[in-house]
Amino acid sequence: MAEDVLKSGNLPENPERATLEGRNKFMGFWFFLGGETVLFASLFGTYLALRNSNAEGPASEDIFGLGLVFIMTVLLLTSSLTSVYAMYHMKNNDFKKMQLWLGITVVLGLAFLGMEIYEFYHYVHGYEFGYTTSAFSSAFYTLVGFHGGHVAFGLLWIVSLMIRNAKRGLNLYNTPKFYIASLYWHFIDVVWVFIFTVVYLLGKVG
Amino acid sequence: MKGWMSRFKAVFALTVMALILSGCGESFLSALQPSGEGASMLLDLMILSIVIMLFVFVIVMIIYVFVIFKFRQKKGQEDIVPKQVEGSHALETLWTVIPIILLLILAVPTIQYTFALADTSPETTEEGEELDQIWVDVTGSQYWWHFEYRDIEVTTSQELYIPTDRRVNLSMISDDVIHSFWVPTIQGKMDVNPTGNTNEMYIQAEEEGVYWGKCAELCGPSHSLMDFKIVAVSPGEFEQWVEDMQSVSGEEEPESETAQAGQQVFADNCMSCHAIGSSPNKAGPNLTNFADREKLAGVFDMNEENLREWIATKGEEMKPGNSMMDAPYDLSDEEINQVMEYLMTLSPSEITPESANNGIYEDSDLSGLFPEESEGEGEGNSDSEGNGDSESDSESGNNSEDDSEGDSSENSNDNSDNNSDE
Amino acid sequence: MSTTANQKAGIGSVLWDYLTTVDHKKIAILYLIGGMFFFLVGGLQAMLIRIQLVVPENEFLSAQFYNEVLTMHGTTMIFLAAMPLLFALMNAVLPLQIGARDVAFPFVNALGFWLFFFGGIFLNISWFTGGAPDAGWTAYAPLSVFSEGHGVDYYAIGLQISGFGTLMAGINFLVTVINMRAPGMTYMRMPLFTWTSFIASVLILFAFPALTVGLFLLTFDRLFGANFFNPDMGGNAIIWEHLFWIFGHPEVYILILPAFGVFSEVIPAFAKKRLFGYSSMVFATILIAFLGFMVWAHHMFTVGLGPIANSIFAVATMAIAVPTGIKIFNWLFTLWGGQIRMTSPMVFALGFIPTFTVGGMTGVMLASAAADFQYHDSYFVVAHFHYVIVGGVVLGIFAGLIYWWPKMFGTFLNEKLNHWFFWLFFIGFHLTFFLQHFLGLMGMPRRYWTFLEGQNLDLFNLISTIGAFFMAIGTLVFLFNVVKTQLKGEKVSGDPWDARTLEWSIPSPPPFYNFKQEPLVRGLDPLWIEKMQGNGKIQPAEPLGDIHMPNRSLTPFMISLGLFIAGFGIMYQGGMWVLAGIGFATTFGSMLYRSLKDDIGYHVHKEELEEEGDGSNG
Repeated sequence: MAEDVLKSGNLPENPERATLEGRNKFMGFWFFLGGETVLFASLFGTYLALRNSNAEGPASEDIFGLGLVFIMTVLLLTSSLTSVYAMYHMKNNDFKKMQLWLGITVVLGLAFLGMEIYEFYHYVHGYEFGYTTSAFSSAFYTLVGFHGGHVAFGLLWIVSLMIRNAKRGLNLYNTPKFYIASLYWHFIDVVWVFIFTVVYLLGKVG
Repeated sequence: MKGWMSRFKAVFALTVMALILSGCGESFLSALQPSGEGASMLLDLMILSIVIMLFVFVIVMIIYVFVIFKFRQKKGQEDIVPKQVEGSHALETLWTVIPIILLLILAVPTIQYTFALADTSPETTEEGEELDQIWVDVTGSQYWWHFEYRDIEVTTSQELYIPTDRRVNLSMISDDVIHSFWVPTIQGKMDVNPTGNTNEMYIQAEEEGVYWGKCAELCGPSHSLMDFKIVAVSPGEFEQWVEDMQSVSGEEEPESETAQAGQQVFADNCMSCHAIGSSPNKAGPNLTNFADREKLAGVFDMNEENLREWIATKGEEMKPGNSMMDAPYDLSDEEINQVMEYLMTLSPSEITPESANNGIYEDSDLSGLFPEESEGEGEGNSDSEGNGDSESDSESGNNSEDDSEGDSSENSNDNSDNNSDE
Repeated sequence: MSTTANQKAGIGSVLWDYLTTVDHKKIAILYLIGGMFFFLVGGLQAMLIRIQLVVPENEFLSAQFYNEVLTMHGTTMIFLAAMPLLFALMNAVLPLQIGARDVAFPFVNALGFWLFFFGGIFLNISWFTGGAPDAGWTAYAPLSVFSEGHGVDYYAIGLQISGFGTLMAGINFLVTVINMRAPGMTYMRMPLFTWTSFIASVLILFAFPALTVGLFLLTFDRLFGANFFNPDMGGNAIIWEHLFWIFGHPEVYILILPAFGVFSEVIPAFAKKRLFGYSSMVFATILIAFLGFMVWAHHMFTVGLGPIANSIFAVATMAIAVPTGIKIFNWLFTLWGGQIRMTSPMVFALGFIPTFTVGGMTGVMLASAAADFQYHDSYFVVAHFHYVIVGGVVLGIFAGLIYWWPKMFGTFLNEKLNHWFFWLFFIGFHLTFFLQHFLGLMGMPRRYWTFLEGQNLDLFNLISTIGAFFMAIGTLVFLFNVVKTQLKGEKVSGDPWDARTLEWSIPSPPPFYNFKQEPLVRGLDPLWIEKMQGNGKIQPAEPLGDIHMPNRSLTPFMISLGLFIAGFGIMYQGGMWVLAGIGFATTFGSMLYRSLKDDIGYHVHKEELEEEGDGSNG
């Protein structure tokens, strides 16, 4: 019966894809990520077209510091790894360990977000590099800000899933939800790799 | 490049042209009645594509009509079950391959012409010598056009004078939003983009005439009123026009007293936007040869009534959204009269749009425009007295009969042989 | 719980039913109502345009108002009429055609509709708050950035909201087709309408995000001082054109492919023959979609991309003519040897073939980059895209609507009036648009508020306006037909057209669970197969059992309403920021509610099902 999906324990091998609803979510979310890819591709395209259009404002070589960004990259990549661990424990039906690793993921994500906010603050106040300074600044903040917004949304999402299911453990109804949240997190991570390369490395070197 | 195209054209031209051209538009505006090199090429390409497409259309229609009449269910046939055909590889291959061939036939000249029209390198004479190029910097603004002739210090607006049978290269930029420069009879259109995206194209008129230009990209309320004109005059006339325009300083004192007063009013109220003589000021149209214009503000008949309304109302109703509406001036009726009289004296040259229609052809190799081999940044243009092969002083005003067609026989250039169709 | 209960209920509970429904058939009706409403609004705007251009130098509309009308005509017709009407057909038919009880995401489906609806309303509120957008439906920057007032803000935010809805609808159909097909319904047995809707959904998925980004950039430029398109600060206006057309060209195929699908259903049904070259039709559809992504710059031949880019895009564009041509010939040869019944959907389909062929011809002509320097932004282009969009999409929508009307509502539209509608609309259409090809070549650019006297453009414009009135009268005939027949409400059987596909094997209108037992599909045109080889009834693939159904929900409505409210806050700023707070709180609160509350649906029990008929079309 319908309520069966809410029972915890005795999960099949791939619980996130065990029900039709789960399979639909799984596939629909992959498609959604396909759309997100186009979204970021468009933002990257815009950024690439405008990255030297700094008008009177500071140029990319003037402001970017690779040290901080490198640490941010490490944080986010690690958080992707920890979310893999979480999914591993989910498939093993080990709810506590999954929550633990998700918790670590969230902490890493928060640290990343904090550093990004610090970075922006630093640009605005240290270099007078505001959102409206130039076409380059608008493109930079929009691209990186969109990513930051995705990170923030992902964190809220994972946290609310953790809290909601804290007391009842895993079941066929919520495993797909955890699973796609982690997919989303990986996607964010991949986008950041491109941002690191295209925005920061290219901006510092190119 | 036009070799086989011309032969192709010869076969179909008569039938198709007759079909399309019958009563299609005005000769100064219609893309179907080209008067310039570019527009003629494009018409060839259009005819080619129309012929190919009509061929396809006819085949589709033959099958279509046949099928509808032949296979319509008749009374008493309700129970017949037709054969459920899955498809036919042969047929399907056929209608895949034939269209590909047809498209290739169209694609080749398309690419040729696309490259040819984008070519703004210098023209060469038959001996392979490179001709000097005329470059005009075009600026589109809401809702008027500005033209600066590069290196020869001539500036004008709204009506662009060009010599016939010579390519004039345009370098186009917009001051505000995107516009598009289109003179259907002369050349296809090209967008006029804001800063950073300068576009280049050439125009070339094969016959003298005043050709209508339009803005083709939505640019605001008065988009449809952003007309301009190409005044194509014979090379000799063009050379004279340039000289006359160069001699204007803006300081010339008009004869009548009212006009002199008007000049003062103009200096006090209008000068900050409108220049007379060659000047970089382009906040508003350059008025050097204002009185020679065929149209006021690009679209209205040039008469006292319209001019008065324009100055008095700042064109608010006439051209909604034009930037003169923000001009701070406030003129009395008398001042307006004075300014109008002054403006109507601004006719520095005998060469006017009339000259494009009067049938007089004066030849020149335009070398007067390019005085020295060493390009001196537009220096020394004042001493360039006509050393072309026609006397540029020969007055054209003495027979101002318009539209007499025979007079152009004196040309020695490769002037097109079909100038009798006006 | 069951649908019969609602029929006796009052208006309040009907309203509540539709506000909270997640049933794809009811969502189809919502899309239909919304789309029809905006179709009429857009048509009214078209009439204003044609009246303004009936004589030269007309002053019926002011220049500013004319620009608003033409912008809203295009925007409304594309985003708020054509797309929703196609979604209406998809929602009504697609799950039935693949033997599904519902779509993959009923909740998301409802959300998609409400986002579209609120986006459309948002856009149209601009009429009453100081002026509609006036930069054309393409909203080219920097004109759209410089445009005064809030018109273009309404455009950017309104389309953003409805765009989210479209994206969700697209994903929903994709997963539905992949995961929800009945036993035996392989990909190569899917009806063409399902196929084309599926491919159109792929296009939606990959095209709309580009528009999303473009609209964000435009919004940021206008409202938050960003400089993407501001030339003075290093911005580049051409970026907008690229983003817009990377979306905009696939959008054209998003519209036309489902219409192709409709014709591929109607023509076999009324020629009594299976679709000629089914697999090449599928292949052509995929090829069109694929090529559709690499031709966007053919809208930008005059921008100055240079001859190399122009040539590449010209050839790529011409290539699209090949699969399109394949389709035309396949339809013709489906008719060949058939038993053609001149029903009204068939008449629309037959009207479509020559009309669309002309549109395709002018399309190839436009693809010829150099020649496009003459056609571009002239009335030639206006004529071309009306030939494909009205001649293709609109005729397709009406063919589909009339064809599936009995399935959606259980009643017939009056055939005679349908024929009147067709002929008035069809003749009016050609009167309106055929001569516009010539107007363009004669030197009339598009989007002209007025044209001067003495340019020899008067006669063709007059004829064009007369044609527009024919189209308007035709549409009124259709509306009259709808009202008349629905008031009468004569019931029809499940298979009134003697058709071929799965949706006709169940009652009209179908029960809310669609199929009592999952159907067993034995080939292409399953119902036809059973008619020829069996007893005319689809065999079930499962014994009668409980049916799982989703719960109704008001949450989609609330999420959309929140964004609608937030839009005003973002736009007016200042003290209105509070609206943004309320709006986003509503939206995210509703999303959180949705996420936290378990929603596992309910079951219709076997015993209830046994009481109702056998679930076939009889």
